[in-house]
Amino acid sequence: MSVATTHPGEHHEHHPSGILRWLTTTNHKDIGTMYLTFALIMFFVGGIMILAVRAELFQPGLQLMQPEFFNQLIGVHALVMIFAALMPAATGFANWMLPLMIGAPDMALPRLNNWGFWLLPPAAILLTLPFTLALFGIGDGAIATGWTFYAPLSVQGGIGVDFAIFAVHILGVSSIMGSINIIVTIFNLRAPGMTMMKLPLFAWGWLITAFLLIATIPVLAGAVTMLLTDRHFGTHFFNAAGGGDPILFQHLFWFFGHPEVYILLLPVWGLMPHVLSTFSRKPTYGYTAQVYSFIAIGVLSVIVWAHHFFTVGMPVPALIYFMFSTMSISLPLAVLFFCWIATMWRGAMSFETPMLFALGFIVLFGMAGLTGLVLADVAADAQYHHSYFVVAHFHYALFAGGIMGVMTGVYYWLPKWTGHMYSETLGKWHFWLTVVSFNLTFMPQFFLGLAGMPRRIPDYALQFAEFNAISTVGAFILGFSQLLFAYNIWRCVKGGEKAKDQVWESAEGLEWQLPSPPPYHSWETQPEIK
Amino acid sequence: MTTSAAQTAHSHHYFVPQPSIYPFILSGGMFLLALGFILKMNGFAPGPWVMIAGAAVIIYVLFGWFGKVIAESQGGDYRAWEDKSFRYGMIWFIASEVMFFAAFFGALYYVRIISVPELGNMVAEHGVTLYPGFTGAWPSSGPKGPEFTPMGAWGIPAINTALLLSSGVTVTWAHWALLKNNRLHLNLGLAATVLLGFIFLGFQAYEYYHAYTELGLTLGAGAYGATFFMLTGFHGFHVTLGAIMLTVILLRCLKGHFDSERHFAFEGVAWYWHFVDVVWLLLFVLVYWL
Ligand code: HEM
Ligand SMILES: [Cu+2]
Repeated sequence: MSVATTHPGEHHEHHPSGILRWLTTTNHKDIGTMYLTFALIMFFVGGIMILAVRAELFQPGLQLMQPEFFNQLIGVHALVMIFAALMPAATGFANWMLPLMIGAPDMALPRLNNWGFWLLPPAAILLTLPFTLALFGIGDGAIATGWTFYAPLSVQGGIGVDFAIFAVHILGVSSIMGSINIIVTIFNLRAPGMTMMKLPLFAWGWLITAFLLIATIPVLAGAVTMLLTDRHFGTHFFNAAGGGDPILFQHLFWFFGHPEVYILLLPVWGLMPHVLSTFSRKPTYGYTAQVYSFIAIGVLSVIVWAHHFFTVGMPVPALIYFMFSTMSISLPLAVLFFCWIATMWRGAMSFETPMLFALGFIVLFGMAGLTGLVLADVAADAQYHHSYFVVAHFHYALFAGGIMGVMTGVYYWLPKWTGHMYSETLGKWHFWLTVVSFNLTFMPQFFLGLAGMPRRIPDYALQFAEFNAISTVGAFILGFSQLLFAYNIWRCVKGGEKAKDQVWESAEGLEWQLPSPPPYHSWETQPEIK
Repeated sequence: MTTSAAQTAHSHHYFVPQPSIYPFILSGGMFLLALGFILKMNGFAPGPWVMIAGAAVIIYVLFGWFGKVIAESQGGDYRAWEDKSFRYGMIWFIASEVMFFAAFFGALYYVRIISVPELGNMVAEHGVTLYPGFTGAWPSSGPKGPEFTPMGAWGIPAINTALLLSSGVTVTWAHWALLKNNRLHLNLGLAATVLLGFIFLGFQAYEYYHAYTELGLTLGAGAYGATFFMLTGFHGFHVTLGAIMLTVILLRCLKGHFDSERHFAFEGVAWYWHFVDVVWLLLFVLVYWL
């Protein structure tokens, strides 16, 4: 790819100062910064909740909290981590990087972009407010159903369920606005000459994510709306007395819920090849294969949802269908793994922090895929379903895959965003502490699940004590290690060694032709791709 | 790699609007509306007031934000490039709406084809009689649901179908007139569309009244009542929005906005209207008729 540039930063910044700048901004970089900051804050909020849970689980018996409160913590933890930490982080990446990478002057619909962000804080408040209200004697706390809202529990639950329903509605609006913006930006604002098959893979990953969001978030909105009317307006969608069925809720929820896990990961899969190729000093292997794999995964992800409830009772043909369709997703996924490894093959590799996180991602996320295959097996799942095995599986997917993928991106692009290098020493400490304590936390959970410990339970039988104690110790190390991450970012924002325009010696792409940090408005005159 | 002289496909800079406080205020309004609704449903007295405050904020923003957009449009800030963004944006917004309705159609499919028949067929399949006398035939309010009379298709619903289909024709008539710069026909066509839309809503309101007072058909009437009212209700809500948007477009046309080249707002609303139309056809067939 070659590029003709005029001086990239032409216009001077003009925007209100102080807090008004952030409330009113239409600038993709400002909005990206807000998304990322919000995600980091909520990452800690969700983290504190789950550390309380792990503390309770340190020993058998009830020590710190009542089961009701325990249930509220795990449900809100998951909703916060998925909707308020991981998804906003990915959207923050998109906002910051897409225009720089595809040579666009900004996102296509800048005011909508601002709205998409500012919907998040109200939603986060709605989600967590019931905890506070309960302290004042209003209601009985937050949603206690887990993040999946299963009926009839959620039909019977207290005011916290209503808060969660509206939080999900508002988060959904935000996601849809964000997705529309990303699709339009990619389709309409690419630099001249950048055909779809020259699009950076990061943009491809996000494009498929955006399609999935548009296809599935409205279904979740519909599902929680039916839940709301079942709760307050006398309908019987999920009640057999009126001809409805609680399992209908599971179908609707997982029609959204399964694609959601790819929504959380596709942006990261898009980012990986950039990082791997930079630090292996080789071009990306299998660009086309990766694009088609993204598309295949996107399509397959909406037709496999029932593997989340094999055990509720389904006709055998349905079981078989959902089993094989689920397993077939591992084929395009394996293509991605192959391309990642082939990109590194015989490269001149170096191991800066982003590369370490990328490698950690590949190994640990691989475990998620393999254990997923185990769960996709109908016969095996009958034993593992709703056990800690599932918890371990999806944390290998969502923490090692999603969160560590986001950390890869943060370290990779932070010098571009701030104009400073982060501390490589701190970064490496952060990485090693994270991988080791991550495995310490979640590896034992596989064994717990295999041994039969159910998930979402505040107390357990004595034979599970050791593994739980280990897991809790791991979780606290994992949690506190993230303070290093925050500190490293903060230091880097404040100052440090100046970053070059092309931060990493063999990084390729339009974003590296701009200064670090890029001017407030970049690519006002679009570069041309030959 | 070769580097050539700078050259761009677009002769002007893409329009990036100035900072705006409206999105932030809109989010605040939505927060209040949601909070108020939650409080109201759970029996807290301030609920309705909080809702009203939220709704007022939202309405204020709608006027302000759309006013600004219209001013920008009239001021010539949007050209072909921006126009294309709006078009793509509208298409994907409507796509998300399609999926929202798909959830409710999915629920209808599920209760009709799976859950209701299963509740009636336990004897055949599992040798147990859960609900003696319950056959699982559609329409049904379930084994324990109230008595009700289902809504017939060939009265008001058929008239409403005719109304909406004609409105699809009139809005196309208006569109053609706009393309030919025939302002009179444009205004007439739009006015007819708006009128048909509101008549539809009037009939729908009457139908609901009839259902509640005479047919025993309510939200509480089991699987049938729930799917009937959720599908037709959300559709009616969308018709209301569409009719309001059409009214705004009509007022803008009367003020002389839009020309044969540039009229995204008109087309966006027309697409929305057609979408609402198609949903109605599905409703007519799957909810009322079959
Ligand atoms: C080849 C790949 C994968 C397969 C075959 C697979 C399969 C499964 C199956 C069958 C379950 C249900 C287990 C049960 O509840 O009994 C499950 C749960 C789960 N998976 Fe995966 N999975 C795969 C990859 C992923 C990825 C990439 C993610 C996330 C990014 C993920 C996230 C989750 C989550 C969050 C749950 C649990 C949801 C809950 O019940 O709360 N999985 N997986
Ligand atoms: Cu799944």
